[in-house]
Amino acid sequence: MSSAASEMTATGAPNRSGGMVFLKAFAGLFLRDLRVLTRELGPFLLRVGMQPLLFLFVFTFVMPHMSSGNPMAGGAGTSFGTILLPGLMAVAIMFSGIAAVALPLSTEFGITREIDDRVMCPVPVAAVAIEKICFSAMQSIIGALMVIPMAIWIPAKPVYPEIQNWLLFALVLVMSSLLAGALGLTIGASVNPKQIGLVFSIIVVPITFLGCVYYPWAGLKQMVWLQYGVLFNPIVYMSEGLRAAVTPSVEHMPVWAILLALTFFLGILGSLGVRAFLRRVIS
Amino acid sequence: MRGISPDAAEIPLPIPMNSYIVEIKALKKVYEGKQRVVALDGIDLEVRQGEIFGLLGPNGAGKTTTIGICTTRTLPTSGTVTINGIDVVAHPARARQFIGVVPQFNTLDRSLTIYENLYFHCRYFGMPHSEAKSRSNALLAQFLLSERGKAYPAQLSGGMAQRVQIARAIAHRPLVLFLDEPSAGLDPQSRIAMWEAVEGLRKEGITVVLTTHYMEEADALSDRVGIVDRGRMLALGTPQVLKDTHGARTVIDLKLRNIDGADSIAEKMKVLAGVDGAERIPEGVRVFAGNVDGLLPELIQVCSPLGLRDISIAEPSLETVFIHLTGRDLRE
Repeated sequence: MSSAASEMTATGAPNRSGGMVFLKAFAGLFLRDLRVLTRELGPFLLRVGMQPLLFLFVFTFVMPHMSSGNPMAGGAGTSFGTILLPGLMAVAIMFSGIAAVALPLSTEFGITREIDDRVMCPVPVAAVAIEKICFSAMQSIIGALMVIPMAIWIPAKPVYPEIQNWLLFALVLVMSSLLAGALGLTIGASVNPKQIGLVFSIIVVPITFLGCVYYPWAGLKQMVWLQYGVLFNPIVYMSEGLRAAVTPSVEHMPVWAILLALTFFLGILGSLGVRAFLRRVIS
Repeated sequence: MRGISPDAAEIPLPIPMNSYIVEIKALKKVYEGKQRVVALDGIDLEVRQGEIFGLLGPNGAGKTTTIGICTTRTLPTSGTVTINGIDVVAHPARARQFIGVVPQFNTLDRSLTIYENLYFHCRYFGMPHSEAKSRSNALLAQFLLSERGKAYPAQLSGGMAQRVQIARAIAHRPLVLFLDEPSAGLDPQSRIAMWEAVEGLRKEGITVVLTTHYMEEADALSDRVGIVDRGRMLALGTPQVLKDTHGARTVIDLKLRNIDGADSIAEKMKVLAGVDGAERIPEGVRVFAGNVDGLLPELIQVCSPLGLRDISIAEPSLETVFIHLTGRDLRE
């Protein structure tokens, strides 16, 4: 290292060694993404807000106001709102992850190769991929928090979060958001831009509907095959984790299992995503 | 000629001329697959601090692969590349601090304005806000882009986008700038503007490595030229030295109506005064001549029994050097 440093001075270039290079480059990448996001703040808010808004409106406001003869009204009452709140937060987290990473990455990897300049940063290429995950996580957190006021204002009977363990809440929120970013990175870096639409139908929609979003995992106990089948779905742990943190009165998985599974999937999807990213930029 | 002067006092460089900024040793790249492609077959090259070096060769010769490896984007099968003494495979992130790249295609960030493309590039390389801002504005002025700072890349012409790419590539003050086919797709006027921009980099002491398949470009811009073909370095030197040693001869292609007697015609031509050599080509005869004065009428006369269809003359140039070395045209 010392020989390299003296070499740098010898060539007249500024001394550019030191660990600060990494942090500064990472901050630069983050600022770039932030600039692009602020330019599209309206579309961003609509993108993350529309789904939970309509869900709450239809299932917790419209349905309860329908006549009692409506077969949906029984299941979709005010208690459904309590089940729905953490689930919708999980959906917001996941959709932000897909929209913040998978979609832009698939175009940046496309014919424009816009990612090239960022890949040439003086940091390991993996850091560029990890920045994408972190930036996406920030959007996911905003998206998830937006659901809370909606759940208070929209339903016929307000749904209030009952967070008792703030540390658990923060932990689950951050881990779920990073997990969503890692999933977005994996999809964005490994799927052909032309097929990104198809990914929504064959991956995003199924893992959402089978992700214990609209029902607690414990509710599946009559269908054991399904109850164990969905354990492969990382969304399950996001929903259950938020359920444990935001509405602990609803039956949920044990906290240790949730955290363990979130860590496991974050590790798997994180390394898959980074590897797929490296494959796309280094030949 | 712009060749590097041995008098170091004239050149404001901080290090002696014999130090190399880019060192390539026995570089090989093989793409394994259904069809095994040997892109680079043992390239050796040293680029000196402060020079403009041109890699000349036809499409598919291995130029882009060489640049890809030097800029840490492609991994070599074997061999080494060091930039400023740093191994690009072992320490890619550190090597990137000293590298600027202008890729073959427009890779400007479409979500950012021109100014922001420069500004954030500076931030990626660790400049604080105020420095990044002043550096970006200075570059916009230097490359005559100040009025377009708020435009988006999609609104620029090809020539302007290329200038922005060069400005962005040197924004972090790299020691060496790699330009991959910088004039591909540019109109003649933009090409000259781009040449001027590259010439301007010399004043800043930036070493430039460019690839091209236009021999005029290599000749006009480069202090030294390396001619590559099929993954091998065929010749290396200043354009003048290359022309003197490999092809300071005019190449005259004579296309014949009746090519059956072409071999005997070639033999007859070899003995003419001023002719260094003659050989069969698919459509007729190719003559290498040192002195063309008075030669053409004689050649036409020799050909007349077989019917001369077309005649083309290439003055001594890197093109004729390439033909001499490979037997093929650059654009074939």
